Amino acid sequence: MKIAIMVNTGPYTHQASDTAYLFASAALRKGHEIYRVFFYHDGVNNGTRLTVPPQDDRHVVNRWSELADQHGVDLVVCVAAAQRRGIMDADEAKRHGNNADNLASGFRISGLGQLVEAAVQADRLVSFGD
Amino acid sequence: MLHIVNKSPFEKNSLETAVRLSQPDSAILLIEDAVYAASGDTSAVTMLKDVLRDRQVFALGPDLQARGVDVEKVPDGIEIIDYEGFVDLVVAHESTQSWL
Amino acid sequence: MYEEDGAPGGIVKKIAYVNRRAPHGTIYALEGLEVVLIGAAFDQDVSMIFVDDGVYDLKRGQDTGVSGIKNFSPAYRALEMYDVEKLYAESESLQKRGLVVEDLIVPVEVLSSAEVAELLAGQDIVLNF
Repeated sequence: MKIAIMVNTGPYTHQASDTAYLFASAALRKGHEIYRVFFYHDGVNNGTRLTVPPQDDRHVVNRWSELADQHGVDLVVCVAAAQRRGIMDADEAKRHGNNADNLASGFRISGLGQLVEAAVQADRLVSFGD
Repeated sequence: MLHIVNKSPFEKNSLETAVRLSQPDSAILLIEDAVYAASGDTSAVTMLKDVLRDRQVFALGPDLQARGVDVEKVPDGIEIIDYEGFVDLVVAHESTQSWL
Repeated sequence: MYEEDGAPGGIVKKIAYVNRRAPHGTIYALEGLEVVLIGAAFDQDVSMIFVDDGVYDLKRGQDTGVSGIKNFSPAYRALEMYDVEKLYAESESLQKRGLVVEDLIVPVEVLSSAEVAELLAGQDIVLNF
């Protein structure tokens, strides 16, 4: 089954991002397809590569990147929500005249249409958030 | 329909609203802070016992464990599941609503 | 650069946007409205349902001038132009907050809790904001 996931909270403050990751991993183990993970609201903060958690803690951002790397999961950060919160890829940064970008590996920035498209195309959409 | 609740019933009304706006034969899954609703001698458990008459109620085991919630005090009828069980529930129901 | 994909061929799903939170205190209502407006391009069968503090999103007379927050409440009036015409509010949520339909910035259909439950149960996709 094709399952789409929406993540609405950033890492560490809320558990929702952890729950979403563990749900996605379990779905993959069971042979389902994760159609897309769409990051919205403060969820876009899951996509910053500048996160440096203490060594004895889980690395929420890297875990998502690994999911993209190992299973080809499409990780999409909402452009409008990301711009508000300072999450940028190199192209975005250039376009806005910023001298730095911070989008983590495996993530891409795109429009809200990607959420609605996922909702329409996937068999299920599960939201995680505050 | 699968209704997912993640807030403590003592902090927010999400569980109350999910119950009010769900139909008989639907399922309610308690995750994150909502698992506090599933155990002990509380008003939330009293409400859930009533809900169990025509709906299914599930609680995410790892979240119960993480919070030290007494599993022995989870009333009969509330099924404790793991993440794989969570996936099965999503697959089994045609739609899912998270009462964020 | 970030053009939307447009409606994927032929599939029409019932999508409900459930608003449960008040405006301004958090960004959920505003960013939720942005999803509805962008999503309108996909020609789906869309409903917006206002329950709990979500009914405050539609309160008339919001003036964010001094607070400096963006006042997006007039945008609810634009929903009609996007063919988002099915707006519902739960009676119990309005009553509990001392609101009547005349207090709201757009016309809504008021539903009982049982009617909202039935409406939700018939949806393919439900997104909460």
